[in-house]
Amino acid sequence: MKEFDVIIIGAGITGAGTARDCALRGLKTLLIERADIADGASGRNHGLLHSGARYAVGDPESACECIKENMILRKVASNCVEATDGLFISLPEDGLEYRDKFLKKCAEAGIHTQTLSPQKALSLEPLVNPELISAVKVPDASVDPFRLVSANVLDARLHGAEVLTQQEVTEIIKEDGRVKGLKVLDKSSGTVNTYYAHYIVNAAGIWGAKIAEMAGVHIGMLPAKGSLLVFDHRVTRMVINRCRKPANADILVPGDVVSVLGTTSDKVPFEQCDDMKVTKEEVDLLLREGCKLVPSLAQTRIIRAYAGVRPLVASDDDPSGRNVSRGIVLLDHLKRDGVDGFISITGGKLTSYRLMAEMTADLLCSKLAIKAKCHTADTPLPGSEKSVKFSSVVRKAREMKMDTSVIEAAVSRHGSQVEAMDFSGKGSELVCECEKVCRAEIAYAVKVLGVKTLDDLRRRTRVGMGPCQSSYCVEKAAKALAEELGDTSLSEELKKDYLQHRWKGIVPVCRAEQLAQAEYLRNKYGK
Amino acid sequence: MQENNLTDFQQCLKCNICTEVCPMMEVNPDYPGPKQAGPDGERYRLKDPAFFDKSIKYCLNCKRCEVACPSGVKVGDIITRAKLRYAHPEHQLRNFALSSTDLVGGLASTFAPVANPVLGLPLTRQVMDSVVGVSSKANMPSYAEKRFEKWFSSIEETQSRYEKKVNYFHGCYVNYNYPELGQDFVKLMNACGYGVRLLDKQKCCGVAMIANGFVQQAKKAARTNLASIEKAEGPVLTTSSSCTLTLREEYEGILGQDCSAAKEKVCLAVKWLYDRIDRGEIRLAFKKGLKIKAVYHTPCHMQRMGTQFYTIELLKLIPGLELSVLEQKCCGIAGTFGFKKENYELSQKIGASLFEDIRASKAQMVITDCETCKWQIEGGTGMKVYNPITLLASVIE
Repeated sequence: MKEFDVIIIGAGITGAGTARDCALRGLKTLLIERADIADGASGRNHGLLHSGARYAVGDPESACECIKENMILRKVASNCVEATDGLFISLPEDGLEYRDKFLKKCAEAGIHTQTLSPQKALSLEPLVNPELISAVKVPDASVDPFRLVSANVLDARLHGAEVLTQQEVTEIIKEDGRVKGLKVLDKSSGTVNTYYAHYIVNAAGIWGAKIAEMAGVHIGMLPAKGSLLVFDHRVTRMVINRCRKPANADILVPGDVVSVLGTTSDKVPFEQCDDMKVTKEEVDLLLREGCKLVPSLAQTRIIRAYAGVRPLVASDDDPSGRNVSRGIVLLDHLKRDGVDGFISITGGKLTSYRLMAEMTADLLCSKLAIKAKCHTADTPLPGSEKSVKFSSVVRKAREMKMDTSVIEAAVSRHGSQVEAMDFSGKGSELVCECEKVCRAEIAYAVKVLGVKTLDDLRRRTRVGMGPCQSSYCVEKAAKALAEELGDTSLSEELKKDYLQHRWKGIVPVCRAEQLAQAEYLRNKYGK
Repeated sequence: MQENNLTDFQQCLKCNICTEVCPMMEVNPDYPGPKQAGPDGERYRLKDPAFFDKSIKYCLNCKRCEVACPSGVKVGDIITRAKLRYAHPEHQLRNFALSSTDLVGGLASTFAPVANPVLGLPLTRQVMDSVVGVSSKANMPSYAEKRFEKWFSSIEETQSRYEKKVNYFHGCYVNYNYPELGQDFVKLMNACGYGVRLLDKQKCCGVAMIANGFVQQAKKAARTNLASIEKAEGPVLTTSSSCTLTLREEYEGILGQDCSAAKEKVCLAVKWLYDRIDRGEIRLAFKKGLKIKAVYHTPCHMQRMGTQFYTIELLKLIPGLELSVLEQKCCGIAGTFGFKKENYELSQKIGASLFEDIRASKAQMVITDCETCKWQIEGGTGMKVYNPITLLASVIE
């Protein structure tokens, strides 16, 4: 029987960030996850590091949080963030009334803006809708959510936290009205283990409603589905937003080598949360609206569609459940429900995860009477410590005549962590050609980042995320991963599982080039 | 919007057929191949030019990948554009000399009686090899004492006899190195009842400038040539496959010029002639008692245009010519590529299999439509290589 100071449920960005913060403060921490890191909403969003501008008019508090956190994450998570900046464009039908209010509210929130003429905006972003009547430049940025979660998990581990994936909570143990521990099903072995802790933090996103029920408390949550499209390549350099009241498909984000357009927003029943499918209607809606931002999207290859669930939390002071809390929701269930040992952290945004983690860890420390301070605002995440442009590992890889793009891709994904990779011998072999993932990166991901399946590998390296959606590389990748895991017999199964996952996201966008690609994939592996 | 037209890389289905036909991949492990250098690399270069890899310089621009691509991706164009945009120049002086055919050709042909023997001296070749970087082993073309343009002005008068006329884009090779081909062209056209006119002003097509990264000079040449072509009355005929591809395709795909005039008027002489013979407008009278055994080598750029059949069908008309068509393989020269010291071995390795086929054929001569293929094959096999126009001119009555 193991006892921890704190057990955190859910390795999304909130859970991972909280685990890191707790570990940095010296708490004995366990992070458990029913699937893999960033498997829920954290891995199914825009990958937008908000400047806060989008919330400036409707939710000033969130806007303030966002701009502060944005500036912090640029520094401590430099390897996950790309300072692309963003444009808010006004189209003729939007008018300028909203923009003027927007500018005023941004100023109040401390968000730096720069108003650009349509000509200037077009010179910076030649593909935005040429009918725009105004553009405002803001410090939006692109963030890779997988990388961000992974870096938090890694750092939590490096500071002594235990991290267990593929573990589903089956029961919350309560004694005398106080939460004491958990029973957890280990999905890989089928055994049930028990863990005890002084405090349990529910950071399970939309699934947190169920966790709360297990602890005997109720959180009113409304699952809101958001669908997004992934385009083949970078269409714009900056994030492109519509300067109007937030609506469907009005943000286009350059994420790594692709462009992500989203989102829709629809309430869905809880039963759907585990199997989100993007419908044809949603794809059409996204495209129709997206083309108003950037008309050439109509001719750009869509490689995938996906959907995430926002955990909207009903306001505690509204029994009807219709009013939704904005911003961060930190629930001390002792105060709220008389249940000690249990805390829920939810709501919020990817951009504000660090603050959410800080607030949670502050609460935990005060309860545990520990005086440790938060250091996450000035301690860089693993990979973001320094530039490795001229490091010996990179230089050696160059001397080995490795393709620059492959080295650069590994550096762009793992920052200074590339120093833990071995590019010699087999290490330089290229596995995924679209996304330039080499064998050294796979070996590193298995050894350091806890990869067990190809889907785990995808989240940490982009294996199979490119235009071919693994049609060309899956065989090679499965073989390489099986070898790194030390069991070559796994290869077939790894491949099959992965292709199922990929297929799901290709089906809704089977049109034009991607239809041909899907045919190719189906004919190669479908039989 | 220009950027919008340059995204055909997204049609790539990653089938890798292009890597199967790439002649460079077979001999050079440092070259990642057309798919990675082209469509795969382009996605990353769009994100950040830091992803540019200089191994892209090994691309021969043979365009076999484009011929093979089932999705119509212009792989070679993507690679060449990336080279022009991102590559850091190396061996500037040599590359400038190799690609400035008008400048160097003009000088060398003026001083041909001196230049040829001097350029052929072992010592000169040694110096060119070690100082300039031009391989001492490469088969260099010699320079003509009398430029084609000069010869033409001496006979121009005779052309006014013909009512019907064609324009001739002779290119720098005919002008400085091998005016005989131009003379044969004039002879053949005259025999068909057509007079020949030169363009108002013509420059080297620029294919070598493009390959060596001199994009501004290439654009200048393109603009001059396109203006002359637009002004020309009637068809503009050519005797070189690479010039033709450059005028009709590369000016647009690589240099972003509007080349609708070239697309309308520029035509390989073999195609023009074939069409007219096919329609019964021209009849060629051949010499009697010919007995020639020849093989035809399809230049990569000829295959890219799909025009090799015109040459082959024309040659089939020659009585007594036993012609076999070689399997299409790259000869390895790729314009100026094979002359460079660092590329010589690679270039020979690529060509080796073709040379073998040619030797095994026991033919008397090789026919091909490209001058640089000619040098490479002559160097690699010791056999005589002729342009189809030369052969045709020599067998007509």
